[in-house]
Amino acid sequence: MAKKKEEVVRGAEVTSDGSRAINKFRISDAIMMIIIVLLCATCVLPFIHIAAKSISGNSYVVAKQIAFWPKGINFDAYVSIFKDGSLTYSMGYSVWVTLIFTLLGMIVCTCAAYPLSKKRLKGKTVITFLLMFPMYFGAGLIPAYLLMSDLKLLDTMWVLILPLIYSPYNMLIMKTFFQANIPDSLEESAFLDGATNFQILWHIVLPLSKSILATLSLFYAVGRWNSYADNKFYVRTESLEMIQYKLSQLVSSASEAQTASLSEAAAVTSTPEVLQAAAIMFVTLPIICIYPFLQKYFVKGVMVGAVKG
Amino acid sequence: MSKAKKRGKEIVTTISWKKALKRDWQLYLMLIFPLVMVFVFNYAAYPGLRMVFMDYKPAKGYDGSEWVGMETFIKIFKDKDFIKSLKNSIVFNFANLAVTFPMPIILALMLNELRYPKFKKVTQTILYLPHFLSWVIIGSVAYTMFRPSTGLVNVALMNMGLIEEGIPFLTEKWHWAVTYLLIGVWQGMGWGTIIYLAAITSISGELYEAAMIDGANRWKRMWHITLPGIKGTVVTLLIMNLGRLMGSDYERLDQFGNSRVKDFQYQLAIYIYEKGLAGGKFSMATAVGLFQSVVGLILVLASDKVAKKLGEDGLL
Repeated sequence: MAKKKEEVVRGAEVTSDGSRAINKFRISDAIMMIIIVLLCATCVLPFIHIAAKSISGNSYVVAKQIAFWPKGINFDAYVSIFKDGSLTYSMGYSVWVTLIFTLLGMIVCTCAAYPLSKKRLKGKTVITFLLMFPMYFGAGLIPAYLLMSDLKLLDTMWVLILPLIYSPYNMLIMKTFFQANIPDSLEESAFLDGATNFQILWHIVLPLSKSILATLSLFYAVGRWNSYADNKFYVRTESLEMIQYKLSQLVSSASEAQTASLSEAAAVTSTPEVLQAAAIMFVTLPIICIYPFLQKYFVKGVMVGAVKG
Repeated sequence: MSKAKKRGKEIVTTISWKKALKRDWQLYLMLIFPLVMVFVFNYAAYPGLRMVFMDYKPAKGYDGSEWVGMETFIKIFKDKDFIKSLKNSIVFNFANLAVTFPMPIILALMLNELRYPKFKKVTQTILYLPHFLSWVIIGSVAYTMFRPSTGLVNVALMNMGLIEEGIPFLTEKWHWAVTYLLIGVWQGMGWGTIIYLAAITSISGELYEAAMIDGANRWKRMWHITLPGIKGTVVTLLIMNLGRLMGSDYERLDQFGNSRVKDFQYQLAIYIYEKGLAGGKFSMATAVGLFQSVVGLILVLASDKVAKKLGEDGLL
């Protein structure tokens, strides 16, 4: 209680230098804080519930006794997942695909954004139009599918990587950043000193753009990591499926027929419900763990992107 | 200064291709990579659209299939499934916009009024989280929470004695519609605030000071200063969203789909997948996709025009 009071005082101090502060704590403050805390709870509690379920004893889960605190703690479900191996394999594979995708995506994005950020580039308008048009008009699923088939990409790892590495949206963000944050004079002087375009990009522009490089890498990585529709459309071989798609199959089979589709050996120790909760946690944890560190970069990216697009 | 500017302008307007290539060949070299990518993976798919004028059979290919003119379009507009998916898409997209759009504004206004920076920072971090989760995770979490007999929400409500049997949040179409839309609100509410919070910080502090001296209370300041201050952003975003009204998110629909809510969940993306890729009616699915793309493009162009007329930046 005393601590809370102290916080209140400190809070008032911090804001009292800003012009918007009124130093009295009002009921409206309390109401807003309660609303916001409740909204936060809707973001956090479901995951606590699932985490608790995933390490609880089967009988407690079947008896619907688990809310936010595990009972009969055991890690059988996770052991099953590791023993079964298909999810762990898929996790490693997804990380690999995401890494290649992000690396190639950043290269192609820079290759487009840097030249187009130059006002002097001849033919800039036409090239920009060519590179932006696909964002506003897509050919649709079937022509894309037949194209992948013609390119002999169906059912390969590359069908999950190549079609999406060039993203008009990310290119636009990067281009806007270059135009707004890299002063022309800097490059001009380097140019006069005899530096080539490559040298200027590598030694001057990219080191000055670390924040946007980080942001866009994250956009690429999270985008690839989260989507699964192309797995469903283009990939048949199980070993080429990414983890989100694996989870989606696991959960949908569990919700329709009430049986989890991990191997039978795994299903013996845990009920489908516990196993499913563990699988959800297994896939969600990596994101939740790295998320707090990445979040600020995303915010920056949205700010830059908000300028246009 | 003016001389340098003039010189710069001269270079832009009068340089020949030969000179431009000599000076910037490295830039053009770089551009080859993205251009190859869009041509191979985007533009190369456009010729495939000609199948809307054919009765395309996967086994026969483009050369073996018959040309049928506009017949495919007549067929889809007579197709009850298409009409249903189109209706559902439009209704749900409008409803989605109506419930999803205001929430970030309200939330941003509240976050802006918060007095404890630390509390604000932590809650913001938490509220952004759903934006980073895939629809697979959101869908599986939703089913875990909302299943009629074992979902936590229903179990809790039953234990409290408020209901006698589980509410079919995701297994009865009207309940499903509400849940589906609210989960959309939940997913986007925190993330959407970023742009408004940025707009709010650019409002001059003097305005608030002056208002306070004049005795305006919090609500009056919110209403007369903050809201007018972010009006431009609101209008721009609203118009941008209008441009997306013909869209259809396959992953979101797929994750929340089940046999009992098909009546509402059957929207354009599902139609295209089920009729086309799964059902083999390639021409019809492509025609629907083309219809969707064309209407989408028209909406984007129209909303850009409206934005520019209203004195906003526009999108293009």
